[in-house]
Amino acid sequence: MPLGNDVVKTKLLEQFGEVLTEWEEQYGMISFTAPRELNLKVLNFLYDSSELSFKFLTDLTGVHYPDRKGEELCVVYHLHNLVENARIRFKVYAPVETPDIYTASGLFSGANWMERETYDFYGINFVGHPNLKRVLNVDEMDYFPMRKEFPLEDQTRVDKDDEMFGR
Amino acid sequence: MSDHINIKLPEGSIEKQTTTLNLGPTHPATHGVFQNILELDGERIIKTESTVGYIHRAFEKIAERRPLYQITTLTDRLNYCSSPINNMGWHLTCEKLLGVKTPKRVDYLRVIIMELARISDHLICNSIVGVDTGAYTGFLYVMQYRELIYEIYEEVCGSRLTTNMGRIGGFERNFSDTAFIRLEKFLAEYPKVQQELEDLFARNRIFVERTKGTGAISAERALNYSFTGPNLRAAGVDYDVRVHSPYSSYEDFDFIIPVGTSGDNYDRFMVRNSEIWESLSIIRQAYQKVQNFKGAEADIFHADAPEYYLPEKGDVYTKMEALIWHFKIVMGETEIPSGEVYMSVEGGNGELGFYLISDGGRSPYRLHFRRPCFIYYQAYEEIVRGSMLSDAIITLSSMNLIAGEMDA
Repeated sequence: MPLGNDVVKTKLLEQFGEVLTEWEEQYGMISFTAPRELNLKVLNFLYDSSELSFKFLTDLTGVHYPDRKGEELCVVYHLHNLVENARIRFKVYAPVETPDIYTASGLFSGANWMERETYDFYGINFVGHPNLKRVLNVDEMDYFPMRKEFPLEDQTRVDKDDEMFGR
Repeated sequence: MSDHINIKLPEGSIEKQTTTLNLGPTHPATHGVFQNILELDGERIIKTESTVGYIHRAFEKIAERRPLYQITTLTDRLNYCSSPINNMGWHLTCEKLLGVKTPKRVDYLRVIIMELARISDHLICNSIVGVDTGAYTGFLYVMQYRELIYEIYEEVCGSRLTTNMGRIGGFERNFSDTAFIRLEKFLAEYPKVQQELEDLFARNRIFVERTKGTGAISAERALNYSFTGPNLRAAGVDYDVRVHSPYSSYEDFDFIIPVGTSGDNYDRFMVRNSEIWESLSIIRQAYQKVQNFKGAEADIFHADAPEYYLPEKGDVYTKMEALIWHFKIVMGETEIPSGEVYMSVEGGNGELGFYLISDGGRSPYRLHFRRPCFIYYQAYEEIVRGSMLSDAIITLSSMNLIAGEMDA
């Protein structure tokens, strides 16, 4: 029997119950949110469960939602069960003041740099990460550039006089 | 003038038995801008520290202010050896989000271009592996034939390396007869060259001894490291996005996924090599299917998506709707439906994913590129630990690390 989204949802709800929220299915991919202290438990369950066995971490990234008070930063995991060819998306939120989330690098070696990248751009502190330092930006940088408080320059601004580039 | 006061050697650096070697960031052998600080015991590597990010251009941030069609130019610059795949991967992502359905002819034309891009990508990688094992000839020789591919791009979209090819919904114009003539020329001339390249290396004793057993990774480790693409398949896992989640009508084609067994440099070379043959076969099939379209169907080169597909320039001057759409598209005033979408294509290096979050604004709220290079480069340390320095160089090129994709 192919691994459908409803099976995944049932299994997860059986294991964790109502703490998993925000179930949605967009463009065929099921997505849910877990409390941040449970992220490793959920990942481990998804990995170890013989029926689910989401053993491939496709992607790990961060998102910043300044309007979600108390849970501004989000980490998104995309997992893949290569045998059944099922994909799921799973999110964890953390407040911007204490963005601590357990690292998945113990479970997935590939999460190492992905988490470093997420730290680099969003400042999410992956607790237990073996080498949590910036990867793409310079080490001296003292802010997290992908956060929404750093807007890109408004392309219609007029206060800038730039002879060379004719603005 | 011997003022050596300013030179501070790290503590213990004189007593230590190992050598620290700084390889890169701009070393001819790295084929890209990234640095490896190697700790060497004689010629054997004990430790590596990789630094990336030298050409980081903040594409994900820039994309948050751009309308969808302007992001295509950013994707060009990820894996610039196969830009059309990135372009089309991005367009497919947008189409998935917007619910645009592309006609079959567009799909097949895309397949032709994407497979050409895959060939040019693998060609570079394999011939560079050849260069690193001491055979420069192959590289220079096949460049002439990559040129044939670039001439096809040029005919289709006007540019060669950073192609910005196609639009959301299809292509900016139909393929000209010249494009098809060039494609035929390539299909006629290239297989012989590919065979020559294969003959030059596949059983060449120097090449085999340099590559067999070096830079190996097991299937378990490769999966744990989230490897995809030829590097994963060389380790023996038959995962290919084209087959697992077909896009652009790949399900209509008959091809096999070549796999290796040991995941070493030789297997990676051979997997890429076999993939080139498969790509050639896919191109032939796709070209056949394209030729089967007759009459009005043979002129279809884009989907009907007026909100996102720039109208014909002649219509802009004469028709009201076309003018409005043109204005709205160019000024980036089209609102994108809100939603979250993950779409992936089989890029030259593996699963190239686009995770797009839209909040209903005019540009993405968040766009993340899953760059296969970035993800599998972290395994480099584990792969080369204990190997010879000269093998590590081959491993670097046979993993096909493209700095543009790694740093995004």
